[in-house]
Amino acid sequence: MNITLNGNNKSIQEISSVLDLLKSLELTPETVVVELNTTIIQPDSYDTTNIAEDDWVEIIRFVGGG
Amino acid sequence: MLCIAGTEFSSRLFLGTGKFSSSTVMAQAIEASACQMVTVALRRVDLDNPDDDIMKALSQREYTFLPNTSGARDANEAIRLAHLARAASGSSWLKLEVTPDPRTLLPDPVETLRATEKLVKDGFIVLPYMNADPILALKLQDAGAAAVMPLGSPIGTNQGVLTDFQVKIIIEQARVPVVVDAGIGAPSHAAYAMELGADAVLVNTAISIAGDPVAMAAAFAKAVEAGRTAYVAGIGQRSKQASASSPEDGKLSSDLRFLA
Repeated sequence: MNITLNGNNKSIQEISSVLDLLKSLELTPETVVVELNTTIIQPDSYDTTNIAEDDWVEIIRFVGGG
Repeated sequence: MLCIAGTEFSSRLFLGTGKFSSSTVMAQAIEASACQMVTVALRRVDLDNPDDDIMKALSQREYTFLPNTSGARDANEAIRLAHLARAASGSSWLKLEVTPDPRTLLPDPVETLRATEKLVKDGFIVLPYMNADPILALKLQDAGAAAVMPLGSPIGTNQGVLTDFQVKIIIEQARVPVVVDAGIGAPSHAAYAMELGADAVLVNTAISIAGDPVAMAAAFAKAVEAGRTAYVAGIGQRSKQASASSPEDGKLSSDLRFLA
């Protein structure tokens, strides 16, 4: 299934939860924030929130800034 | 002691974390500055470097994190970033930044005010980055801003406090703390802002791009303290007329013939 991840097309496994996606990207869930179709997903819902075809996923974290 | 939204700060120097050569240098500079408030930005994760996490380097000590909304071009983008920041940090502190023009990075006053009104209602502790406009400062304060952050000069220019006339008026009128942000390029600029009566200064580029960022951070800490102490001590009035520092009475009356 194809999704848009951080602005780029990405092919991922069917019936993936947000948690599965983070794991496949080798990201520690505590260090990122996930937006699914512009809605922020709470960390305790990462394993129960599934990603569907054509979803927009943004994975964001803090970086250095002024 | 400086108090913003009920939180006390013994250091009046806030540090930005951008443009450091490494996380280690950044952490050492923050340590040397003794600051208690640090700003961070939000960006998309670099999926090729999943381990690149700034918060690891900042976890040794407890700081108040002030996430910014840099990159936002209007109020709606800033509000979206604010909510992401709160989800990431678990705290409501926010440096509101709305800069539609990438060339000048000057803040949009109308969108900044609109976003402040909304974010205060959403429970954020909003510190808006603003042009040094005394009328806007009052409006932001009335909208519930926890502090106002007028610029000294445009972001990253190291030009110093070019807006001192307006910053002074903002300080005279403000009921909330005034943090001079942006453009402070040298410790003398920071000291000057503090001498004007600023409650704090926010510095990033001047420290992060210095030859020795750690030493520069220490220099800024001293300058901020010196400027604050001078402001509290009361700086003398400027005058066009000379006035002797040594006593006028009891001067030698004999001719200084040996000078002839």
